[in-house]
Amino acid sequence: MKPVAFEYCRPDTVEEALDLLKEFGSDASIISGGLSLGAMLNMRLVRPKALIDINGLGELADIKAGDATIRTGTLIRQAGAMEMPVLMSGVPLLAKALPYVGHYQIRSRGTLGGSVAHADPSAEIPLTLVTLSGAVTLRSPGGSREVPAREFFQGLLTTDRRADELVTGLTWPIRRDLTGYAFEELAQRHGDFAITAVAAEATVAGDGSIADVSFGLGGVEDRPFVATTAGFVGKPATAATASDIANTIAETVDPMVDLQANADYRRQLVRVLGARVLTAAFNDATGQQEAA
Amino acid sequence: MLRIKPDQKQRVTVTVNGKAVSGYAEPRMLLTDFLRHELGMYGTHVGCEHGVCGACTAIIDGAATRSCLRYAVQCDGLEIQTVEGLADADGTLNTLQKAFNENGALQCGFCTAGILMSSTKFLQENPKPNDDEIRDMLSGHICRCTGYTQIVRAIRQASGQ
Repeated sequence: MKPVAFEYCRPDTVEEALDLLKEFGSDASIISGGLSLGAMLNMRLVRPKALIDINGLGELADIKAGDATIRTGTLIRQAGAMEMPVLMSGVPLLAKALPYVGHYQIRSRGTLGGSVAHADPSAEIPLTLVTLSGAVTLRSPGGSREVPAREFFQGLLTTDRRADELVTGLTWPIRRDLTGYAFEELAQRHGDFAITAVAAEATVAGDGSIADVSFGLGGVEDRPFVATTAGFVGKPATAATASDIANTIAETVDPMVDLQANADYRRQLVRVLGARVLTAAFNDATGQQEAA
Repeated sequence: MLRIKPDQKQRVTVTVNGKAVSGYAEPRMLLTDFLRHELGMYGTHVGCEHGVCGACTAIIDGAATRSCLRYAVQCDGLEIQTVEGLADADGTLNTLQKAFNENGALQCGFCTAGILMSSTKFLQENPKPNDDEIRDMLSGHICRCTGYTQIVRAIRQASGQ
């Protein structure tokens, strides 16, 4: 339960961090909060030659709110994010997801960007980013690029990040009008990794029909993804439709099997939690119409 | 930029419970091991060493967090509060410790140091928590003796409720 010997590097600037990534490539691990990576280091599931500690890069802890999106620097702590009114009111799905992330003692140190870069298939922050169709900003010595979240996650702990790139920020679409948001998950103990997590964003038209729906699933397959629900646009935004969507999607998923749950159980969670979350998102959207 | 070679021992100075103390750590030395083996402070317990059990929780740089997921070299210059800092110098327990004692909120005591440190920070942030909030905070700790009810009761008592 002790890590392999590694060189410790603490850059003072992003440029220095990128130089280190150039030097070590895939032999380096980047640590921010270390709540996921630390466990893997201690269990020697990761054996880096160098540990690049980016906690000194204050420039990566900023938040910028624009008209349509909010950009969060990779180093913003999860507990800190929960205390940022601009982010919590601007991205309600994130506000609903963050209380499920780890525990009080994990969120105090864990970062938004770290969770995304780590890419655990059941993690809440990647699922939220995917459901909302957000983006990941990466920097390398060659420059910056932005990758849509739905393309960033490629499999179990696997992303589109190249070995010479650093995740510098996340882009969150700001809440849309007449749109509801909901998040729920099941874990053995509150705060543990979700056996299945579900997220929904739903826009409801004036006549009570679904104008747009995004139904995200985490912990089901090897990466967080959004189910194909285009066929349900125009249907009434009701609990019955919510069940229809969840039941339909449950037949199409290819669930992971692990010590916690078999495929049938996860499929059932997609049905039950999915119906619940989609109904809640519809109600959230309809409630805004009534208030307007 | 700071770079420390894998086998290089780096001098690390931290302020533990208000007192500056130093020791040597190679990069892979966990903060828990640094506290215990370099500084001789055995109050912080080592449980699972992967962030799950909560026994090693300390207040590091103002946040209640796992000391097993932190390397000592990351903590140079930081302030750390551990369970040794709670009681008075003469051994008089503080309000929270007394409440744990009076409510039977510990049995073997292995998880207690971490729970006390989480609760200390938690009560500073949320001085009058309800049971749900206390249980949410406690979800980050595993106790295999008491069943948590007494711990919740003790934290409520310490908060004056």
